[in-house]
Amino acid sequence: MRRGASWFNVTSITLGFAFLYLPIVLLVVYSFNASKLVTVWGGFSTKWYVSLLSNQGLLDAAWVTIRVALLSATLATVLGTLAAIALVRFGRFPGGTLFSGMVYAPLVMPEVITGLAMLLLFVAIGFARGFWTLTLAHITFSMCFVAVVVQSRLITFDRSLEEAALDLGCPPFRTFFTITLPLILPAVVAGWMLAFTLSLDDLVISSFTTGPGATTLPMKIYSQVRLGVTPEINAICSILIAIVATGVIIASAVTKRREVDRQRAERLAIQGV
Amino acid sequence: MAGKLLTAGKSLGPIRRAFAPWNDPAAKPFIQFQNVTKTFGDFTAVDDLSLNIYEREFFALLGPSGCGKTTLMRMIAGFEEPTSGHVMLDGQDLVGVPPYRRPTNMMFQSYALFPHMNVWDNIAFGLKQDGMPKPDIATRVDEMLALVKLEKFAKRKPHQLSGGQKQRVALARSLAKKPKVLLLDEPLGALDKKLREETQFELIDLQVKLGMTFVIVTHDQEEAMTVADRIAVMDQGKIVQIATPAEIYEQPNSRYVADFIGDINLLEGHISSTEGGVTTLDCDGTGAKVQVSQDGGAKLGDHAWFAVRPEKVAISLSPPADPSVNAVTGEVWDIAYLGDVSIYHVRLATGATVKATITNTTRLVERPITWDDKVWLTWSRDGGVVLTR
Repeated sequence: MRRGASWFNVTSITLGFAFLYLPIVLLVVYSFNASKLVTVWGGFSTKWYVSLLSNQGLLDAAWVTIRVALLSATLATVLGTLAAIALVRFGRFPGGTLFSGMVYAPLVMPEVITGLAMLLLFVAIGFARGFWTLTLAHITFSMCFVAVVVQSRLITFDRSLEEAALDLGCPPFRTFFTITLPLILPAVVAGWMLAFTLSLDDLVISSFTTGPGATTLPMKIYSQVRLGVTPEINAICSILIAIVATGVIIASAVTKRREVDRQRAERLAIQGV
Repeated sequence: MAGKLLTAGKSLGPIRRAFAPWNDPAAKPFIQFQNVTKTFGDFTAVDDLSLNIYEREFFALLGPSGCGKTTLMRMIAGFEEPTSGHVMLDGQDLVGVPPYRRPTNMMFQSYALFPHMNVWDNIAFGLKQDGMPKPDIATRVDEMLALVKLEKFAKRKPHQLSGGQKQRVALARSLAKKPKVLLLDEPLGALDKKLREETQFELIDLQVKLGMTFVIVTHDQEEAMTVADRIAVMDQGKIVQIATPAEIYEQPNSRYVADFIGDINLLEGHISSTEGGVTTLDCDGTGAKVQVSQDGGAKLGDHAWFAVRPEKVAISLSPPADPSVNAVTGEVWDIAYLGDVSIYHVRLATGATVKATITNTTRLVERPITWDDKVWLTWSRDGGVVLTR
């Protein structure tokens, strides 16, 4: 069988990638546009990146977004991991099915409804809307994503490792931190990153639950775009894309490297060296 | 990398031969199961079971999967609590004591080596839990590494080890804390045949040398017979027979045990006489008479089976002096040539097949007995046993 590139394969790949990445490429290209008109090319320039630094509104929004994302991702990871452990480990308990269903409900719940429900709750209990309500809302919807990721890792986890630790005199709590957590850490980190990214770009739930002084970047961008797209917006979006892309590339490089090392070590072990 | 665990020293024969605390009424049991029952939902894994295991004993729990042997071991380790009954260790009731406070250690079937720790840290793990001073831990770990001949591998991670090496690390880790009882859960299942046989003898040496009580769970009857002082054969949560390997093989107490351990011929019939210390069984169908010098508790008229091992059956072309007792006749139906032995499948007039194993003492050029030959099968009075269940 010929394994080269046939015209059909080349065409499908080109079309596929164009479909996925053309809008993003356009956005990045126009962020270097010297012209103030977004759709007219006026030569190459980095001035919009420079002017970003003096746009206090955008910078404030970015700062709020990052703080909310860091805090909510961390707390969501703790709660999500605990939920995953409960779901995998406790076996069948009364209400177990209901519990697992309720953990996953936010995955499929329309964001508008989650946002509205949260808003109603905060209003009802008289919780002043702002940074904390925003963070709480983000924890709520990102927690279930962490639970899904960690749960899939826990299902394949060899329970005898924990039993071995208990057997060797290690109490359950310490066993969790010395054996279980280090081994499921990749999944926990992946869950954290997922929660961080979700929080970073959430618009709908944030709009419902935020208050004065706690405007996130997506909300800021959205409100500015309604007044017309400025090259500054393109610039800040390009920066966001760069951050996310760097993270993905580093993560996959590290995974690849570890896999290669592991395979080499296993080969050596089989040869009995 | 199949080095010996221990360098060959004095023969262990005298120690192993003289060891039989289960026959001593004054001996105190070390591990005791008292009417232990364990149920999982409506499945009964262990059914009202009582069992004594003595100090320094190498005890094997043998049975097919699902017979409750692993559950029994996990109750010693503390991973399962009995639904009712008591598990005692050295006079102390273990029920309610969590696994991390029990003086037992377990070697897991999957080895369960901590993948994120190297060999040294794996072995040191249990010692660290006890808060042992660092220099003492180092001494002890080095001692264990030397015991299993893995000094050079201390810095390796588990995934950098071969199967045999992993097995040794697991053994060293479970021995490091000098447990009162070492539990071995199918410890050699993942090794190839040759390495497994070698390791069995190393385990025996180690057990005698360290003077520890070992309890092994296995479904491999050869493994149990090789390593254990006594074997408990289990079926459906109950112990069918507890005895030494030789007793289990030569005097099985039931068809289940006889069939589970090795190969067996069974002839069905009725007890026609129990006079003079000789039990006579009339076989159904052939009418052949079987006389056995052991009674096995069979009473006159009992429905019973005569059980005889294939290697205790002699095969001959000519009829014996007295063909009416301890002899049957038939045609050679099949021959399995295994190199060291040949197994003859002889079909009787009733349609039943009796197997006879013949050692190939000379190089086989032409078989003296071959397919379709009419042959006589005979055995001695001490060759087999009568079983009533």
